[in-house]
Amino acid sequence: MRTVLTPSCLEEFFSLLDAHPDALPMAGGTDLLLKLRNTAAADARPVLALGRMAEMHGIRAEGEGLSIGAAETFSGIIADPLARQQAPLLSLAARQVGGPAIRNMATIGGNICTASPAGDSLPPLYLLDAAVEIVSRRGRRRLPISQFILGPGRTSLGEGELVTRVLLPRDGCFPCQSFEKVGRRRSMAISVTSFAGQARLDDHGSIAAARFAWGSVAPTVARFPALEHALVGARLDDETIRHAAEIVRSGVSPIDDIRAGAQYRRIVAGNLLVRFLEGLRG
Amino acid sequence: MHLTFTLNGNEIQVEAADDRRVVDLLREDLGLTGTKEGCGTGECGACTILADGESRLSCLMVAAQLPGAHITTVEGMTAQTDGALLQQAFVEEGAVQCGFCTPGMEMAALALLRQDDAPSRDTIREGLSGNLCRCTGYVKIVDAVERAASDIRSCRDRENT
Repeated sequence: MRTVLTPSCLEEFFSLLDAHPDALPMAGGTDLLLKLRNTAAADARPVLALGRMAEMHGIRAEGEGLSIGAAETFSGIIADPLARQQAPLLSLAARQVGGPAIRNMATIGGNICTASPAGDSLPPLYLLDAAVEIVSRRGRRRLPISQFILGPGRTSLGEGELVTRVLLPRDGCFPCQSFEKVGRRRSMAISVTSFAGQARLDDHGSIAAARFAWGSVAPTVARFPALEHALVGARLDDETIRHAAEIVRSGVSPIDDIRAGAQYRRIVAGNLLVRFLEGLRG
Repeated sequence: MHLTFTLNGNEIQVEAADDRRVVDLLREDLGLTGTKEGCGTGECGACTILADGESRLSCLMVAAQLPGAHITTVEGMTAQTDGALLQQAFVEEGAVQCGFCTPGMEMAALALLRQDDAPSRDTIREGLSGNLCRCTGYVKIVDAVERAASDIRSCRDRENT
């Protein structure tokens, strides 16, 4: 048997962690419980279930941005009017996570800390310049998500630390936003490739600003800042789009796995950009 | 651990290991075998129950998460009119073949209908997208939920006049 502890506040969480330094924090449990079931019987590390901690919940305005409790579920994010208004890209992605029951359980903090290359919320969070708030006995720190996630399943979360909130600065005014996920089927499937895009056009229909992020095509979310920069002022003609997609196809570093081959992922990554840029032509 | 929660409208107290899966607690400890275990990994929806009105997968929940919760399983769904009408619609529309996915389907459908009393067919498909059925091809299940929505609305209208 594995002990499951259910702290009701941060103070209690840290007291329990002091008593059980090897305890594993669990938010929705949709990923962790499966992993634990496959660990050796000798692994009896206790679990610290975070669902009852008020500090980990709630979506509220903070300054000009948004602060989302790390234990907020994807359903909670989808239903929240403030999140829909201020972070529509995140809402779009949240709607495509798992299926309805998974979305009622799985949390944004869990998605971040699991640090899967295929985490559906991650490409939007990178584009939204999200930061995580990390609390420990030593105090609080904030880290941009791109520095927090180090690789598949690896984060810079230190011993005795807990991700309590996800912070989104004010959305950078992109009228065109898209999230797409390609998987073996529409629901429940882990992404073969995912894509988040944001764009703003100028009065002549050329790109004023654009940002893109891909999931499942590299150890962490893939971005191409040089491409985003080069596209500023570009017209959305076929040649520009073809060239941009080529840069992405050769720039990503996917792997072959049970869900898809690396070459297929390269092609899809490029195609998702083509679809987004062509869609901007209106 | 000793835990107290509400199951199908009745407060109950049970003794269970902290990490006892809720699906096992329901089926083996409490004898409520309506809830099925399909994949055991959160992919198939057969073990769907309602926790505080929301659909959850009981194979991915542990006993320690239950204290204070209001749990509804397929055995308790007919206690309310909408659940009874939904189950009747499944029977009458031929939405049940082998029946293994049915409890989970009905729980997912009930959660949906309590959020949206007139869902489109697309909304129904989306609402059931976490539940696999290997027999029906889904068409008759969607028919049943559509019919249940209409039956529940008519019933409510009759009560209100």
